[in-house]
Amino acid sequence: MTDHDLTAPQGLRAVTLGVLRRLFVRLLGALAVLIGAATVAFAALQLVPGDPVTVMLGPGSAATPEVKAEIRATYGLDQPVAVQYLHYLGRLLTGDLGESYQLQRPVAGLIADQLGSTVQLALAALVLAVVLALVAATATAGRRPALRGVSSLLELLAVSSPSYWIGILLLTAFSFQLRIFPVAGDQDLSALVLPAVTLALPLTGVLTQVLREGLETTLGQPFVLTARSRGLAPAAVLLRHALRHTTGPVATLTGWLTGSLLGGAVLVETVFGRPGIGALSLQGAVNKDMPLVIGLVLLSALVFVLISTLVDLLHVAADPRLRSR
Amino acid sequence: MAKPASGRTTLVLASALLVLIAAAAIAPGLFTSASPVETDPIHALAAPSAQHWFGTDQLGRDLFSRVLHGTRPSVLLGLGATALAVAGGAALGLASALGGRAADQVLMRAADVLLSLPPILLALLAVTVLGTGSGNVMAAIAIAFVPGYARIVRAETRVVQRSGYVEAAQLLGLRRSELILRHVLPNAIGPMLVLATVGFGSALIAASGLSFLGLGPQPPSPEWGAMLSQGRSFLQTAWWIGVFPGAAITLTALAVNAVGRRAQRRFTGRTAA
Repeated sequence: MTDHDLTAPQGLRAVTLGVLRRLFVRLLGALAVLIGAATVAFAALQLVPGDPVTVMLGPGSAATPEVKAEIRATYGLDQPVAVQYLHYLGRLLTGDLGESYQLQRPVAGLIADQLGSTVQLALAALVLAVVLALVAATATAGRRPALRGVSSLLELLAVSSPSYWIGILLLTAFSFQLRIFPVAGDQDLSALVLPAVTLALPLTGVLTQVLREGLETTLGQPFVLTARSRGLAPAAVLLRHALRHTTGPVATLTGWLTGSLLGGAVLVETVFGRPGIGALSLQGAVNKDMPLVIGLVLLSALVFVLISTLVDLLHVAADPRLRSR
Repeated sequence: MAKPASGRTTLVLASALLVLIAAAAIAPGLFTSASPVETDPIHALAAPSAQHWFGTDQLGRDLFSRVLHGTRPSVLLGLGATALAVAGGAALGLASALGGRAADQVLMRAADVLLSLPPILLALLAVTVLGTGSGNVMAAIAIAFVPGYARIVRAETRVVQRSGYVEAAQLLGLRRSELILRHVLPNAIGPMLVLATVGFGSALIAASGLSFLGLGPQPPSPEWGAMLSQGRSFLQTAWWIGVFPGAAITLTALAVNAVGRRAQRRFTGRTAA
Protein backbone atom coordinates (compact mmCIF):
# COMPACT_ATOMS: atom_id res chain seq x y z
CA MET A 1 0.00 0.00 0.00
CA THR A 2 2.87 2.31 0.80
CA ASP A 3 5.54 1.18 -1.70
CA HIS A 4 5.36 4.43 -3.64
CA ASP A 5 6.05 6.34 -0.46
CA LEU A 6 9.15 4.30 0.34
CA THR A 7 10.72 4.55 -3.12
CA ALA A 8 9.77 8.04 -4.04
CA PRO A 9 11.69 8.62 -7.35
CA GLN A 10 10.58 5.31 -8.86
CA GLY A 11 7.05 5.91 -7.64
CA LEU A 12 7.04 9.29 -9.30
CA ARG A 13 8.10 7.81 -12.63
CA ALA A 14 5.42 5.15 -12.38
CA VAL A 15 2.86 7.84 -11.70
CA THR A 16 3.99 9.87 -14.70
CA LEU A 17 4.02 6.88 -17.07
CA GLY A 18 0.65 5.63 -15.90
CA VAL A 19 -0.86 9.07 -16.20
CA LEU A 20 0.59 9.57 -19.71
CA ARG A 21 -0.72 6.24 -20.95
CA ARG A 22 -4.16 6.93 -19.55
CA LEU A 23 -4.05 10.46 -20.94
CA PHE A 24 -3.58 9.18 -24.50
CA VAL A 25 -6.48 6.73 -24.28
CA ARG A 26 -8.66 9.34 -22.62
CA LEU A 27 -7.93 11.99 -25.24
CA LEU A 28 -9.01 9.65 -28.05
CA GLY A 29 -12.25 8.93 -26.19
CA ALA A 30 -12.75 12.63 -25.49
CA LEU A 31 -12.38 13.47 -29.17
CA ALA A 32 -14.97 10.81 -30.05
CA VAL A 33 -17.46 12.27 -27.57
CA LEU A 34 -16.92 15.79 -28.94
CA ILE A 35 -17.46 14.70 -32.54
CA GLY A 36 -20.52 12.77 -31.35
CA ALA A 37 -21.94 15.84 -29.61
CA ALA A 38 -21.35 17.93 -32.74
CA THR A 39 -23.16 15.27 -34.77
CA VAL A 40 -26.12 15.24 -32.37
CA ALA A 41 -26.28 19.03 -32.63
CA PHE A 42 -26.13 18.91 -36.43
CA ALA A 43 -28.85 16.24 -36.51
CA ALA A 44 -31.03 18.38 -34.24
CA LEU A 45 -30.51 21.32 -36.58
CA GLN A 46 -31.74 19.20 -39.51
CA LEU A 47 -34.80 18.17 -37.50
CA VAL A 48 -36.06 21.71 -36.90
CA PRO A 49 -39.33 21.88 -38.79
CA GLY A 50 -39.68 24.50 -41.48
CA ASP A 51 -37.23 26.31 -43.69
CA PRO A 52 -34.08 27.42 -41.80
CA VAL A 53 -33.94 30.71 -43.69
CA THR A 54 -37.51 31.57 -42.66
CA VAL A 55 -36.64 30.70 -39.04
CA MET A 56 -33.52 32.82 -39.28
CA LEU A 57 -35.39 35.83 -40.61
CA GLY A 58 -38.09 35.48 -37.98
CA PRO A 59 -41.85 35.60 -38.49
CA GLY A 60 -43.34 38.45 -40.48
CA SER A 61 -40.29 38.94 -42.64
CA ALA A 62 -41.10 40.18 -46.13
CA ALA A 63 -37.96 38.85 -47.83
CA THR A 64 -38.41 37.99 -51.50
CA PRO A 65 -37.54 34.48 -52.75
CA GLU A 66 -34.43 35.93 -54.41
CA VAL A 67 -33.16 37.36 -51.13
CA LYS A 68 -33.88 34.06 -49.40
CA ALA A 69 -31.98 32.16 -52.09
CA GLU A 70 -29.06 34.50 -51.56
CA ILE A 71 -29.05 33.90 -47.81
CA ARG A 72 -29.29 30.17 -48.48
CA ALA A 73 -26.21 30.34 -50.69
CA THR A 74 -24.32 32.50 -48.17
CA TYR A 75 -24.83 29.95 -45.40
CA GLY A 76 -24.25 27.00 -47.76
CA LEU A 77 -27.77 25.73 -47.10
CA ASP A 78 -28.20 24.92 -50.82
CA GLN A 79 -25.53 22.22 -50.60
CA PRO A 80 -26.15 18.49 -49.90
CA VAL A 81 -26.48 17.58 -46.19
CA ALA A 82 -23.22 15.62 -46.15
CA VAL A 83 -21.29 18.62 -47.50
CA GLN A 84 -23.00 20.90 -44.98
CA TYR A 85 -22.01 18.49 -42.21
CA LEU A 86 -18.33 18.54 -43.21
CA HIS A 87 -18.35 22.32 -43.56
CA TYR A 88 -19.96 22.54 -40.15
CA LEU A 89 -17.29 20.33 -38.53
CA GLY A 90 -14.62 22.38 -40.28
CA ARG A 91 -16.03 25.62 -38.90
CA LEU A 92 -16.18 24.12 -35.40
CA LEU A 93 -12.48 23.21 -35.64
CA THR A 94 -11.68 26.91 -36.07
CA GLY A 95 -13.84 27.76 -33.07
CA ASP A 96 -16.60 29.27 -35.20
CA LEU A 97 -19.94 28.43 -33.58
CA GLY A 98 -22.00 30.49 -36.01
CA GLU A 99 -24.18 33.50 -35.35
CA SER A 100 -27.19 33.74 -33.06
CA TYR A 101 -30.44 34.07 -35.07
CA GLN A 102 -32.01 36.36 -32.55
CA LEU A 103 -29.14 38.54 -31.34
CA GLN A 104 -27.23 38.63 -34.66
CA ARG A 105 -23.93 38.21 -32.82
CA PRO A 106 -21.32 35.41 -32.90
CA VAL A 107 -22.34 32.64 -30.52
CA ALA A 108 -18.79 32.21 -29.21
CA GLY A 109 -18.74 35.86 -28.12
CA LEU A 110 -22.14 35.61 -26.43
CA ILE A 111 -21.01 32.55 -24.50
CA ALA A 112 -17.68 34.12 -23.54
CA ASP A 113 -19.53 37.15 -22.11
CA GLN A 114 -21.69 34.98 -19.85
CA LEU A 115 -19.21 32.25 -18.97
CA GLY A 116 -17.52 33.95 -16.02
CA SER A 117 -20.66 34.32 -13.98
CA THR A 118 -21.61 30.66 -14.36
CA VAL A 119 -18.10 29.36 -13.72
CA GLN A 120 -18.01 31.37 -10.51
CA LEU A 121 -21.37 29.93 -9.44
CA ALA A 122 -20.49 26.33 -10.38
CA LEU A 123 -17.10 26.40 -8.68
CA ALA A 124 -18.54 27.88 -5.49
CA ALA A 125 -21.27 25.23 -5.47
CA LEU A 126 -18.81 22.42 -6.18
CA VAL A 127 -16.43 23.40 -3.41
CA LEU A 128 -19.32 23.79 -0.98
CA ALA A 129 -20.82 20.42 -1.94
CA VAL A 130 -17.52 18.54 -1.69
CA VAL A 131 -16.67 20.06 1.70
CA LEU A 132 -20.13 19.40 3.13
CA ALA A 133 -20.17 15.84 1.77
CA LEU A 134 -16.70 15.06 3.11
CA VAL A 135 -17.63 16.34 6.55
CA ALA A 136 -20.98 14.52 6.61
CA ALA A 137 -19.61 11.25 5.25
CA THR A 138 -16.55 11.03 7.50
CA ALA A 139 -18.60 12.04 10.52
CA THR A 140 -21.30 9.42 9.94
CA ALA A 141 -19.54 6.46 8.28
CA GLY A 142 -19.64 3.45 10.58
CA ARG A 143 -20.97 5.49 13.49
CA ARG A 144 -24.09 5.41 15.59
CA PRO A 145 -27.19 4.33 13.69
CA ALA A 146 -29.19 7.36 14.86
CA LEU A 147 -26.71 9.80 13.36
CA ARG A 148 -26.61 7.83 10.11
CA GLY A 149 -30.40 7.68 10.00
CA VAL A 150 -30.66 11.46 10.22
CA SER A 151 -27.96 11.88 7.60
CA SER A 152 -29.55 9.47 5.13
CA LEU A 153 -32.94 11.13 5.62
CA LEU A 154 -31.37 14.50 4.81
CA GLU A 155 -29.67 13.00 1.75
CA LEU A 156 -32.98 11.60 0.51
CA LEU A 157 -34.60 14.99 1.08
CA ALA A 158 -31.78 16.76 -0.78
CA VAL A 159 -32.08 14.57 -3.88
CA SER A 160 -35.88 14.76 -3.85
CA SER A 161 -36.17 18.56 -3.73
CA PRO A 162 -36.14 20.45 -7.01
CA SER A 163 -33.21 22.86 -6.88
CA TYR A 164 -35.31 25.80 -8.04
CA TRP A 165 -37.71 25.25 -5.14
CA ILE A 166 -34.84 25.27 -2.64
CA GLY A 167 -33.81 28.51 -4.30
CA ILE A 168 -37.30 29.98 -3.91
CA LEU A 169 -37.36 29.00 -0.22
CA LEU A 170 -33.93 30.51 0.45
CA LEU A 171 -34.87 33.64 -1.47
CA THR A 172 -38.10 34.01 0.51
CA ALA A 173 -36.42 33.45 3.85
CA PHE A 174 -33.11 35.27 3.50
CA SER A 175 -33.80 37.97 0.93
CA PHE A 176 -37.46 38.92 1.39
CA GLN A 177 -38.03 38.17 5.10
CA LEU A 178 -34.64 38.58 6.78
CA ARG A 179 -33.15 40.84 4.07
CA ILE A 180 -29.65 39.43 4.53
CA PHE A 181 -28.85 38.75 0.88
CA PRO A 182 -29.69 40.69 -2.28
CA VAL A 183 -32.69 39.49 -4.30
CA ALA A 184 -31.07 39.30 -7.72
CA GLY A 185 -28.01 40.01 -9.79
CA ASP A 186 -24.33 39.04 -9.62
CA GLN A 187 -22.76 42.29 -8.42
CA ASP A 188 -20.84 41.11 -5.38
CA LEU A 189 -20.01 38.03 -3.36
CA SER A 190 -23.06 38.27 -1.13
CA ALA A 191 -25.20 37.75 -4.24
CA LEU A 192 -23.34 34.49 -4.86
CA VAL A 193 -24.15 32.87 -1.50
CA LEU A 194 -27.77 31.81 -2.02
CA PRO A 195 -27.39 30.59 -5.62
CA ALA A 196 -24.29 28.58 -4.68
CA VAL A 197 -26.03 26.96 -1.71
CA THR A 198 -29.05 26.17 -3.89
CA LEU A 199 -26.91 24.52 -6.54
CA ALA A 200 -24.80 22.68 -3.97
CA LEU A 201 -27.51 21.02 -1.85
CA PRO A 202 -28.69 18.31 -4.29
CA LEU A 203 -25.06 17.53 -5.14
CA THR A 204 -24.21 17.22 -1.46
CA GLY A 205 -26.97 14.64 -0.98
CA VAL A 206 -25.71 12.31 -3.69
CA LEU A 207 -22.01 12.86 -2.91
CA THR A 208 -22.47 12.14 0.79
CA GLN A 209 -24.29 8.95 0.01
CA VAL A 210 -21.67 7.67 -2.41
CA LEU A 211 -18.78 8.72 -0.17
CA ARG A 212 -20.29 7.09 2.89
CA GLU A 213 -21.06 3.84 1.11
CA GLY A 214 -17.51 3.80 -0.25
CA LEU A 215 -16.07 4.50 3.19
CA GLU A 216 -18.12 1.80 4.85
CA THR A 217 -17.13 -0.80 2.27
CA THR A 218 -13.49 0.14 2.75
CA LEU A 219 -13.68 0.09 6.54
CA GLY A 220 -14.61 -3.59 6.32
CA GLN A 221 -11.45 -4.46 4.35
CA PRO A 222 -8.60 -6.47 5.95
CA PHE A 223 -6.04 -3.70 5.47
CA VAL A 224 -8.10 -1.43 7.70
CA LEU A 225 -7.94 -4.08 10.41
CA THR A 226 -4.18 -4.23 9.92
CA ALA A 227 -3.88 -0.46 10.23
CA ARG A 228 -6.03 -0.50 13.36
CA SER A 229 -3.98 -3.32 14.87
CA ARG A 230 -0.85 -1.24 14.35
CA GLY A 231 -2.41 1.14 16.81
CA LEU A 232 -3.55 3.81 14.37
CA ALA A 233 -6.36 5.97 15.68
CA PRO A 234 -9.76 5.42 13.97
CA ALA A 235 -9.72 8.98 12.64
CA ALA A 236 -6.28 8.47 11.10
CA VAL A 237 -7.42 5.20 9.48
CA LEU A 238 -10.41 6.99 8.04
CA LEU A 239 -8.56 9.99 6.70
CA ARG A 240 -5.26 8.42 5.63
CA HIS A 241 -6.40 5.05 4.30
CA ALA A 242 -10.13 4.75 3.75
CA LEU A 243 -10.79 8.10 2.08
CA ARG A 244 -8.32 7.37 -0.71
CA HIS A 245 -10.35 4.30 -1.67
CA THR A 246 -13.50 6.27 -2.29
CA THR A 247 -11.98 8.16 -5.23
CA GLY A 248 -13.16 5.38 -7.56
CA PRO A 249 -16.90 5.59 -6.89
CA VAL A 250 -16.73 9.38 -6.77
CA ALA A 251 -14.86 9.52 -10.10
CA THR A 252 -17.65 7.58 -11.81
CA LEU A 253 -20.02 10.33 -10.69
CA THR A 254 -18.18 13.04 -12.60
CA GLY A 255 -20.48 13.01 -15.60
CA TRP A 256 -23.47 13.32 -13.39
CA LEU A 257 -21.79 16.09 -11.37
CA THR A 258 -20.93 18.29 -14.35
CA GLY A 259 -24.41 17.68 -15.70
CA SER A 260 -26.01 18.76 -12.44
CA LEU A 261 -23.86 21.86 -12.19
CA LEU A 262 -24.48 23.04 -15.76
CA GLY A 263 -28.09 21.86 -15.90
CA GLY A 264 -28.81 23.18 -12.42
CA ALA A 265 -27.38 26.54 -13.46
CA VAL A 266 -30.28 26.95 -15.92
CA LEU A 267 -32.81 26.78 -13.09
CA VAL A 268 -30.78 28.52 -10.40
CA GLU A 269 -29.90 31.45 -12.64
CA THR A 270 -33.56 31.83 -13.53
CA VAL A 271 -34.66 31.83 -9.88
CA PHE A 272 -32.06 34.38 -8.82
CA GLY A 273 -32.14 36.48 -11.98
CA ARG A 274 -28.44 35.93 -12.52
CA PRO A 275 -26.91 36.30 -15.96
CA GLY A 276 -24.93 33.29 -17.20
CA ILE A 277 -24.76 30.25 -19.42
CA GLY A 278 -27.94 28.79 -17.94
CA ALA A 279 -29.98 31.92 -18.54
CA LEU A 280 -28.54 32.08 -22.05
CA SER A 281 -29.62 28.46 -22.78
CA LEU A 282 -33.15 29.21 -21.68
CA GLN A 283 -33.22 32.35 -23.81
CA GLY A 284 -32.02 30.31 -26.78
CA ALA A 285 -34.63 27.59 -26.27
CA VAL A 286 -37.50 30.06 -25.87
CA ASN A 287 -36.49 32.01 -28.99
CA LYS A 288 -35.77 28.87 -31.05
CA ASP A 289 -32.25 30.20 -31.50
CA MET A 290 -30.62 26.97 -32.70
CA PRO A 291 -27.02 28.21 -33.18
CA LEU A 292 -27.02 29.55 -29.62
CA VAL A 293 -28.43 26.34 -28.08
CA ILE A 294 -26.08 24.19 -30.15
CA GLY A 295 -23.11 26.28 -29.06
CA LEU A 296 -24.06 25.72 -25.43
CA VAL A 297 -24.55 21.98 -25.97
CA LEU A 298 -21.08 21.75 -27.49
CA LEU A 299 -19.64 23.80 -24.66
CA SER A 300 -21.09 21.46 -22.05
CA ALA A 301 -19.78 18.43 -23.95
CA LEU A 302 -16.34 20.06 -23.91
CA VAL A 303 -16.60 20.80 -20.19
CA PHE A 304 -17.70 17.23 -19.52
CA VAL A 305 -14.81 15.79 -21.51
CA LEU A 306 -12.24 18.05 -19.85
CA ILE A 307 -13.45 17.40 -16.33
CA SER A 308 -13.84 13.66 -16.71
CA THR A 309 -10.34 13.39 -18.20
CA LEU A 310 -8.94 15.42 -15.33
CA VAL A 311 -10.78 13.39 -12.70
CA ASP A 312 -9.66 10.16 -14.31
CA LEU A 313 -6.05 11.26 -14.10
CA LEU A 314 -6.45 12.29 -10.46
CA HIS A 315 -7.97 8.89 -9.87
CA VAL A 316 -4.90 7.20 -11.37
CA ALA A 317 -2.65 9.35 -9.22
CA ALA A 318 -4.57 8.34 -6.09
CA ASP A 319 -4.85 4.62 -6.86
CA PRO A 320 -1.52 2.84 -7.45
CA ARG A 321 -3.29 -0.28 -8.73
CA LEU A 322 -4.39 1.53 -11.90
CA ARG A 323 -0.83 2.48 -12.89
CA SER A 324 0.49 -1.01 -13.49
CA ARG A 325 -2.22 -1.73 -16.07
CA MET B 1 -27.72 -0.98 6.11
CA ALA B 2 -30.34 1.11 7.84
CA LYS B 3 -32.11 -0.27 10.89
CA PRO B 4 -34.82 -2.61 9.57
CA ALA B 5 -37.49 -1.12 11.81
CA SER B 6 -36.90 2.47 10.65
CA GLY B 7 -36.68 1.25 7.05
CA ARG B 8 -40.10 -0.33 7.35
CA THR B 9 -41.64 2.80 8.88
CA THR B 10 -40.27 4.87 6.01
CA LEU B 11 -41.68 2.39 3.51
CA VAL B 12 -45.13 2.40 5.11
CA LEU B 13 -45.20 6.21 5.30
CA ALA B 14 -44.02 6.56 1.72
CA SER B 15 -46.57 4.04 0.44
CA ALA B 16 -49.40 5.77 2.31
CA LEU B 17 -48.31 9.07 0.80
CA LEU B 18 -48.27 7.55 -2.68
CA VAL B 19 -51.84 6.27 -2.20
CA LEU B 20 -52.95 9.78 -1.17
CA ILE B 21 -51.16 11.31 -4.17
CA ALA B 22 -52.79 8.81 -6.50
CA ALA B 23 -56.20 9.62 -4.98
CA ALA B 24 -55.59 13.36 -5.43
CA ALA B 25 -54.56 12.77 -9.03
CA ILE B 26 -57.64 10.71 -9.85
CA ALA B 27 -60.27 12.62 -7.85
CA PRO B 28 -59.05 15.95 -6.43
CA GLY B 29 -62.69 16.84 -5.71
CA LEU B 30 -62.70 14.35 -2.83
CA PHE B 31 -60.42 16.58 -0.79
CA THR B 32 -61.66 20.06 -1.57
CA SER B 33 -64.78 21.68 -2.91
CA ALA B 34 -63.06 24.94 -3.86
CA SER B 35 -62.46 25.56 -7.55
CA PRO B 36 -58.81 25.66 -8.73
CA VAL B 37 -59.53 28.20 -11.48
CA GLU B 38 -62.26 30.46 -10.04
CA THR B 39 -60.75 33.88 -9.34
CA ASP B 40 -61.66 36.14 -6.42
CA PRO B 41 -59.65 39.38 -6.81
CA ILE B 42 -60.89 40.86 -3.50
CA HIS B 43 -59.23 38.03 -1.58
CA ALA B 44 -56.05 37.91 -3.70
CA LEU B 45 -52.82 36.98 -1.89
CA ALA B 46 -54.65 36.13 1.35
CA ALA B 47 -52.47 34.36 3.93
CA PRO B 48 -53.23 30.76 4.93
CA SER B 49 -56.32 30.62 7.15
CA ALA B 50 -59.09 28.23 8.17
CA GLN B 51 -60.96 29.12 5.01
CA HIS B 52 -57.98 28.93 2.63
CA TRP B 53 -55.57 26.40 4.14
CA PHE B 54 -52.71 27.29 1.80
CA GLY B 55 -53.82 30.91 1.26
CA THR B 56 -54.78 32.35 -2.13
CA ASP B 57 -52.71 33.34 -5.17
CA GLN B 58 -52.38 36.61 -7.09
CA LEU B 59 -55.84 36.13 -8.63
CA GLY B 60 -57.51 35.06 -5.38
CA ARG B 61 -57.66 31.39 -6.39
CA ASP B 62 -57.58 28.88 -3.52
CA LEU B 63 -54.03 27.53 -3.38
CA PHE B 64 -54.97 24.31 -1.56
CA SER B 65 -57.38 23.45 -4.33
CA ARG B 66 -54.84 24.39 -7.02
CA VAL B 67 -52.12 22.23 -5.47
CA LEU B 68 -54.55 19.28 -5.26
CA HIS B 69 -55.83 19.75 -8.80
CA GLY B 70 -52.24 20.20 -9.93
CA THR B 71 -51.43 16.63 -8.91
CA ARG B 72 -52.82 15.11 -12.10
CA PRO B 73 -51.04 17.28 -14.69
CA SER B 74 -47.79 17.23 -12.71
CA VAL B 75 -47.72 13.47 -12.10
CA LEU B 76 -48.84 12.73 -15.66
CA LEU B 77 -45.98 14.83 -17.01
CA GLY B 78 -43.46 12.72 -15.08
CA LEU B 79 -45.26 9.43 -15.79
CA GLY B 80 -45.56 10.18 -19.50
CA ALA B 81 -41.88 11.08 -19.76
CA THR B 82 -40.87 7.94 -17.87
CA ALA B 83 -43.14 5.71 -19.99
CA LEU B 84 -41.72 7.16 -23.21
CA ALA B 85 -38.16 6.78 -21.93
CA VAL B 86 -38.76 3.19 -20.78
CA ALA B 87 -40.34 2.22 -24.12
CA GLY B 88 -37.56 3.90 -26.10
CA GLY B 89 -34.87 2.47 -23.83
CA ALA B 90 -36.28 -1.07 -24.12
CA ALA B 91 -36.49 -0.87 -27.91
CA LEU B 92 -33.00 0.59 -28.36
CA GLY B 93 -31.45 -1.68 -25.72
CA LEU B 94 -32.90 -4.77 -27.40
CA ALA B 95 -31.84 -3.55 -30.83
CA SER B 96 -28.36 -2.93 -29.51
CA ALA B 97 -28.01 -6.35 -27.91
CA LEU B 98 -29.62 -8.38 -30.69
CA GLY B 99 -28.97 -6.32 -33.81
CA GLY B 100 -25.39 -7.24 -34.47
CA ARG B 101 -22.08 -5.61 -33.79
CA ALA B 102 -22.37 -2.53 -36.01
CA ALA B 103 -25.78 -1.53 -34.67
CA ASP B 104 -24.54 -2.09 -31.13
CA GLN B 105 -21.49 0.12 -31.65
CA VAL B 106 -23.49 2.94 -33.22
CA LEU B 107 -26.24 2.88 -30.59
CA MET B 108 -23.97 2.62 -27.58
CA ARG B 109 -21.61 5.36 -28.76
CA ALA B 110 -24.66 7.55 -29.34
CA ALA B 111 -25.79 6.74 -25.78
CA ASP B 112 -22.33 7.72 -24.49
CA VAL B 113 -22.61 11.09 -26.21
CA LEU B 114 -26.12 11.76 -24.91
CA LEU B 115 -25.08 10.73 -21.39
CA SER B 116 -22.25 13.25 -21.51
CA LEU B 117 -24.74 16.11 -21.86
CA PRO B 118 -26.70 17.54 -18.92
CA PRO B 119 -30.31 16.20 -19.09
CA ILE B 120 -31.77 19.69 -18.74
CA LEU B 121 -29.67 21.04 -21.60
CA LEU B 122 -30.59 18.07 -23.78
CA ALA B 123 -34.23 18.73 -22.93
CA LEU B 124 -33.77 22.42 -23.83
CA LEU B 125 -32.30 21.36 -27.18
CA ALA B 126 -35.32 19.11 -27.75
CA VAL B 127 -37.73 21.91 -26.78
CA THR B 128 -35.94 24.25 -29.19
CA VAL B 129 -36.55 21.74 -31.99
CA LEU B 130 -40.04 20.56 -30.96
CA GLY B 131 -41.51 23.68 -29.36
CA THR B 132 -43.07 24.15 -25.91
CA GLY B 133 -46.12 22.45 -24.32
CA SER B 134 -46.86 19.38 -22.18
CA GLY B 135 -46.34 16.74 -24.87
CA ASN B 136 -43.05 18.21 -26.01
CA VAL B 137 -41.76 18.54 -22.44
CA MET B 138 -42.54 14.83 -21.93
CA ALA B 139 -40.69 13.95 -25.12
CA ALA B 140 -37.78 16.23 -24.20
CA ILE B 141 -37.33 14.63 -20.77
CA ALA B 142 -37.73 11.16 -22.29
CA ILE B 143 -34.93 11.82 -24.79
CA ALA B 144 -32.64 12.76 -21.93
CA PHE B 145 -33.50 9.56 -20.00
CA VAL B 146 -33.53 7.02 -22.86
CA PRO B 147 -29.76 6.31 -23.00
CA GLY B 148 -29.62 5.21 -19.35
CA TYR B 149 -32.49 2.76 -19.77
CA ALA B 150 -31.14 1.48 -23.10
CA ARG B 151 -27.83 0.60 -21.49
CA ILE B 152 -29.44 -1.44 -18.73
CA VAL B 153 -31.73 -3.33 -21.10
CA ARG B 154 -28.77 -4.06 -23.36
CA ALA B 155 -26.70 -5.43 -20.50
CA GLU B 156 -29.56 -7.57 -19.17
CA THR B 157 -30.48 -8.84 -22.63
CA ARG B 158 -26.95 -10.03 -23.20
CA VAL B 159 -27.07 -11.99 -19.94
CA VAL B 160 -30.52 -13.45 -20.59
CA GLN B 161 -29.59 -14.36 -24.16
CA ARG B 162 -26.94 -16.77 -22.96
CA SER B 163 -29.10 -18.41 -20.31
CA GLY B 164 -30.18 -22.05 -20.49
CA TYR B 165 -33.87 -21.47 -21.03
CA VAL B 166 -33.34 -19.21 -24.03
CA GLU B 167 -31.03 -21.80 -25.57
CA ALA B 168 -33.62 -24.48 -24.86
CA ALA B 169 -36.36 -22.42 -26.49
CA GLN B 170 -34.07 -21.86 -29.46
CA LEU B 171 -33.46 -25.60 -29.79
CA LEU B 172 -37.20 -26.20 -29.70
CA GLY B 173 -37.35 -24.19 -32.89
CA LEU B 174 -39.14 -21.07 -31.63
CA ARG B 175 -39.26 -18.20 -34.07
CA ARG B 176 -36.82 -15.41 -33.32
CA SER B 177 -39.50 -12.75 -32.86
CA GLU B 178 -41.43 -14.97 -30.48
CA LEU B 179 -38.28 -15.87 -28.60
CA ILE B 180 -37.44 -12.20 -28.09
CA LEU B 181 -40.92 -11.08 -27.11
CA ARG B 182 -41.86 -14.02 -24.89
CA HIS B 183 -38.59 -15.02 -23.30
CA VAL B 184 -35.84 -12.43 -23.65
CA LEU B 185 -37.74 -9.16 -23.15
CA PRO B 186 -39.76 -10.10 -20.03
CA ASN B 187 -36.64 -11.33 -18.27
CA ALA B 188 -34.38 -8.51 -19.36
CA ILE B 189 -36.77 -5.70 -18.50
CA GLY B 190 -37.03 -6.27 -14.72
CA PRO B 191 -34.04 -4.26 -13.53
CA MET B 192 -35.05 -1.40 -15.80
CA LEU B 193 -38.54 -1.27 -14.32
CA VAL B 194 -37.10 -1.13 -10.81
CA LEU B 195 -34.83 1.68 -11.92
CA ALA B 196 -37.80 3.40 -13.54
CA THR B 197 -39.39 4.01 -10.12
CA VAL B 198 -36.46 6.17 -9.07
CA GLY B 199 -36.34 7.45 -12.65
CA PHE B 200 -39.94 8.60 -12.28
CA GLY B 201 -38.92 10.74 -9.32
CA SER B 202 -36.17 12.35 -11.38
CA ALA B 203 -38.46 12.78 -14.39
CA LEU B 204 -41.06 14.49 -12.19
CA ILE B 205 -38.47 16.95 -10.88
CA ALA B 206 -37.02 17.57 -14.35
CA ALA B 207 -40.44 18.03 -15.97
CA SER B 208 -41.65 20.42 -13.28
CA GLY B 209 -38.34 22.25 -13.77
CA LEU B 210 -39.01 22.73 -17.47
CA SER B 211 -42.50 23.96 -16.75
CA PHE B 212 -41.07 26.27 -14.08
CA LEU B 213 -38.96 27.71 -16.91
CA GLY B 214 -42.23 28.39 -18.73
CA LEU B 215 -41.80 25.67 -21.35
CA GLY B 216 -44.53 23.28 -20.17
CA PRO B 217 -48.29 23.54 -19.59
CA GLN B 218 -49.56 27.10 -19.95
CA PRO B 219 -51.85 29.02 -17.54
CA PRO B 220 -54.37 28.49 -16.04
CA SER B 221 -53.15 24.88 -15.64
CA PRO B 222 -52.38 24.29 -11.95
CA GLU B 223 -49.29 22.19 -12.81
CA TRP B 224 -46.90 22.62 -9.86
CA GLY B 225 -43.86 23.93 -11.73
CA ALA B 226 -46.00 26.37 -13.69
CA MET B 227 -47.62 27.57 -10.45
CA LEU B 228 -44.20 28.32 -8.97
CA SER B 229 -43.23 30.11 -12.14
CA GLN B 230 -46.33 32.32 -12.18
CA GLY B 231 -46.11 33.01 -8.44
CA ARG B 232 -42.48 34.12 -8.58
CA SER B 233 -43.23 37.84 -8.77
CA PHE B 234 -45.33 37.70 -5.60
CA LEU B 235 -42.88 35.94 -3.27
CA GLN B 236 -42.04 39.15 -1.46
CA THR B 237 -45.57 39.54 -0.10
CA ALA B 238 -46.86 35.97 -0.21
CA TRP B 239 -44.43 33.23 0.88
CA TRP B 240 -47.18 30.59 0.61
CA ILE B 241 -47.22 30.83 -3.19
CA GLY B 242 -43.63 29.63 -3.29
CA VAL B 243 -43.84 27.06 -0.52
CA PHE B 244 -46.82 24.77 -1.16
CA PRO B 245 -46.55 23.79 -4.85
CA GLY B 246 -42.85 23.03 -4.35
CA ALA B 247 -43.59 21.03 -1.22
CA ALA B 248 -46.01 18.95 -3.29
CA ILE B 249 -43.28 18.15 -5.83
CA THR B 250 -40.77 17.33 -3.10
CA LEU B 251 -43.18 15.09 -1.14
CA THR B 252 -44.11 13.18 -4.28
CA ALA B 253 -40.48 12.73 -5.31
CA LEU B 254 -39.56 11.78 -1.74
CA ALA B 255 -42.22 9.06 -1.56
CA VAL B 256 -41.31 7.71 -4.98
CA ASN B 257 -37.59 7.73 -4.21
CA ALA B 258 -38.04 6.03 -0.83
CA VAL B 259 -40.09 3.21 -2.37
CA GLY B 260 -37.87 3.03 -5.45
CA ARG B 261 -34.64 2.73 -3.52
CA ARG B 262 -36.07 0.07 -1.33
CA ALA B 263 -37.16 -1.86 -4.42
CA GLN B 264 -33.72 -1.40 -5.94
CA ARG B 265 -31.93 -2.76 -2.91
CA ARG B 266 -34.34 -5.64 -2.73
CA PHE B 267 -34.23 -6.71 -6.38
CA THR B 268 -30.73 -5.97 -7.45
CA GLY B 269 -28.69 -5.48 -4.31
CA ARG B 270 -27.53 -2.21 -5.80
CA THR B 271 -28.35 1.33 -4.78
CA ALA B 272 -29.16 4.31 -6.90
CA ALA B 273 -26.34 6.09 -8.63
